[in-house]
Amino acid sequence: MAEGALRIGIDVGGTNTDAVILDAADRVVAKAKRPTTPDVTEGLRAALDAVLAELPGRAASDPLVSGRAALDPLGSGQGASDPRGSWGRVSRVMLGTTHATNAILERRNLGRVAVLRLGAPATTAVPPLCDWPADLRAAVSAGEAIVPGGHYVDGREIGPLDLGAIRRFLDGLEADAVAVTGVFSPASAEHERAVEELVRREYGLPVSVSHEIGSLGLLERENATVLNAALYGVAAHVTEALVTALAERGLAARPYLAQNDGTLMTVEHAARLPVSTIGSGPANSLRGAAFLSGVGDAIVADVGGTSTDLGVLVGGFPRESAAAVEIGGVLTNFRMPDILAIALGGGTVVRPEGVGPDSVGYRIAEEALVFGGTTITMTDVAVAAGRTPPGTSGWRERLRVAARAATGGAPTGQISDMSEIFRDTVERAIAIADGMVGDAVDRMALRRADRPLVAVGGGAFLLPAELPGASRVVRPEHAEVANAVGAAIALASGRIDTILPAGESRSKAIERVKEEAAARAVAAGADPGQVEIVDLLEVPLSYLSEPAVRVHVKAAGPLAR
Amino acid sequence: MLGTGGGGDVRTGALAAKRAIQAYGEVPLVALAELPDDALVVPLSGIGAPTVSQEMIHGEDEPRRIAEEVERIFGRPPSAVMSSEIGGSNGVAPVAWAAQLGLPLLDADGMGRAFPEVQMVSMYVAGLPADLVIMSDIVGNVVTIRPIDGLWSERLARAVCVAAGSHALMADYVLTAAGARGAVIEGTVSRAIAIGRSTERTAEPLRALRAELGAVRLITGKLTDVERRTAGGFVRGTATIDGTGDDRDRVLTLELQNENLVALEDGQVKAMVPDLITVVDTETAAAVPTEGLRYGQRVTVLAWPCDPLWRTPKGLDTAGPRAFGYDLDYVPIEELAKEESGG
Repeated sequence: MAEGALRIGIDVGGTNTDAVILDAADRVVAKAKRPTTPDVTEGLRAALDAVLAELPGRAASDPLVSGRAALDPLGSGQGASDPRGSWGRVSRVMLGTTHATNAILERRNLGRVAVLRLGAPATTAVPPLCDWPADLRAAVSAGEAIVPGGHYVDGREIGPLDLGAIRRFLDGLEADAVAVTGVFSPASAEHERAVEELVRREYGLPVSVSHEIGSLGLLERENATVLNAALYGVAAHVTEALVTALAERGLAARPYLAQNDGTLMTVEHAARLPVSTIGSGPANSLRGAAFLSGVGDAIVADVGGTSTDLGVLVGGFPRESAAAVEIGGVLTNFRMPDILAIALGGGTVVRPEGVGPDSVGYRIAEEALVFGGTTITMTDVAVAAGRTPPGTSGWRERLRVAARAATGGAPTGQISDMSEIFRDTVERAIAIADGMVGDAVDRMALRRADRPLVAVGGGAFLLPAELPGASRVVRPEHAEVANAVGAAIALASGRIDTILPAGESRSKAIERVKEEAAARAVAAGADPGQVEIVDLLEVPLSYLSEPAVRVHVKAAGPLAR
Repeated sequence: MLGTGGGGDVRTGALAAKRAIQAYGEVPLVALAELPDDALVVPLSGIGAPTVSQEMIHGEDEPRRIAEEVERIFGRPPSAVMSSEIGGSNGVAPVAWAAQLGLPLLDADGMGRAFPEVQMVSMYVAGLPADLVIMSDIVGNVVTIRPIDGLWSERLARAVCVAAGSHALMADYVLTAAGARGAVIEGTVSRAIAIGRSTERTAEPLRALRAELGAVRLITGKLTDVERRTAGGFVRGTATIDGTGDDRDRVLTLELQNENLVALEDGQVKAMVPDLITVVDTETAAAVPTEGLRYGQRVTVLAWPCDPLWRTPKGLDTAGPRAFGYDLDYVPIEELAKEESGG
């Protein structure tokens, strides 16, 4: 990376879009929070402008936003000019976005996909898309077919690939893209490749092939492959929006997109695998927490406005979920971070009888007592209990005033300057909230290890100084924008999940798979000289003709220059 | 719930069942008593490697080929399909197979639960000869085996399954309704449906489930340790549950071999195979399979009586604690629970 080069990390969340600028030594030199907009792109541009406006040299002594501004969705930074000429130093922009998720949830801007499965006469008992929500299937499917082809677990063909049947199927359809899923393609990909070539050559359509997208488990991999094919248009839109936003601001930075496992890919790579951009937020937040705290093995609590997401860091990477992941009502076998979400955030509504689960959400800046509103939120309770975000010394006084007003002046029997009722409510709510977090930490711990808890997100101050089940509570600087930091520091990666013989040829075959995973990491943007195998998992399989192992390999490395 | 921790994933089978009902119509459930003596009942099960069955899913023609072979051998078509094993994937998939054949599903199965080995079925315990196995694979091969005994039945069926890509549909013990009486475990399909319904639309699913099952609650607590090892194609292991609330200071350990087999507390057996032991989520009452057990889960362990057939001498020889390598004399869960409340 060039001397003095800067990079920008942007993470689009449900409530806020966060942006940070890191310098060449990975120090956070600017950060900003803006509300996420329904079209996503406007909020992204606003966050980009805001963070550029915060670049040092422009703001006063401290370029970092205050705690108040960090929670205030309206903020104050504005501007799209480059007074100090520092913007030219921005060499890369990393974006974690919800465009693809939203497109699927809202069934908008999705392409029409010809769904092709190679495997007949096997698999006909469960045809493609039969578990999809009807409206999503109607929006996405241009037609479905199961044609002869595919492989057995041991690599034999189930039957020869029937190219004639594929042509007959495609000739009758109007589709924007084709999704191809062959039985056991993660182990034997040649039929999928042959179909890809035919469709490109004869039909000129983009093709999603399942062996590039998912692992074993036909239906889940097929679902992900079809979603991927439906998202080509959305991917092009995201790339164009990002490239245009950069060009408008005169930034000659190279763009990258964050994916679900906490690594990055070039926009060219994302154009082929747009479905991988889904769910990048939690992974970014976990990686950012590891980086900011310097702790590689920890439980991370990302406290937002409506919920707290807990995840686990193992060696600096997110622990992945063993369960299948549902996207827009469709089950896929993506490897996503193992996340436990609890209904507790800064905007969670507190009542004398309990905590939440509802939240005032983005309206916290009007409704919370500390912001002059009339709703008791977890933010108010935390402040009353002496837990305040940094730089918010005025909040406690504001809360006193608000609490007095909310309880009708100064009733008799009042202790100190807060009403007894309010104090009871605060005490009960704090106990409930701490209990919820403690319980969740315990659930995520997996064993009786004494790991630290890293608290990040805009609501991290809600958490107590000590928690049973955690050795200590770490609150890194810039914790409120950990997700954007995670996007900015991410590596590029490639992964493979396949079946190999367990005999003598095993070690050679594993070497080959490692090389292939490394090649995929390089294709995603990693520096070929610095790619490493970061994950290798072998699981023996039973009841096969020859002993075999299921192998999962992941390679990752820093971005190439 | 009836898989007692094993039996395999039900999702693909459930999807196939839903799809087949949409395509071929609903599946009537018939009681054994409704069938004439000479009616043929075909017990069906999928055999092979779980990894393969999630990738190379069944075709729609496999049940038809078996039904045709049954008709060729017996001179008349089958009258009903039966689940060989109600617990897990082979409990749900027969709904799809029955729909594809346009046949009713018999309200019965061969286990009343899940077991890992082929001979652990009620037909074997009842003394029916294991002299016919019909298998069909995904490309259309049909293999009929006439084994001399159960051991050869298992050995040959396994070899065919591997040649067929580690996944096949199998009918063994093709039964007449007369032969099935006393040799199958009746009412298990309607029982499974009732169990599923019991936890729906209730504020207290665990209480409703216990009432439906007539189950003893062995412990409510937190999973504090899970140890697994793969041996001989089976997952063996131990799970430890520390009691919480009323069960504070109690510790229950579960011995696993694909299924939950023995529950121990302070060296005392609290429940054992062939009685059913299932771990459920304390909040939702959803069953937790052995491969899904994880530290920190809030669980309740339930145990309830197996079918009386498994408590006969031959039943216990076949699937009692010693059949799984535990040197224990079988004591029914009702008696163990009585000792508990008495002492």
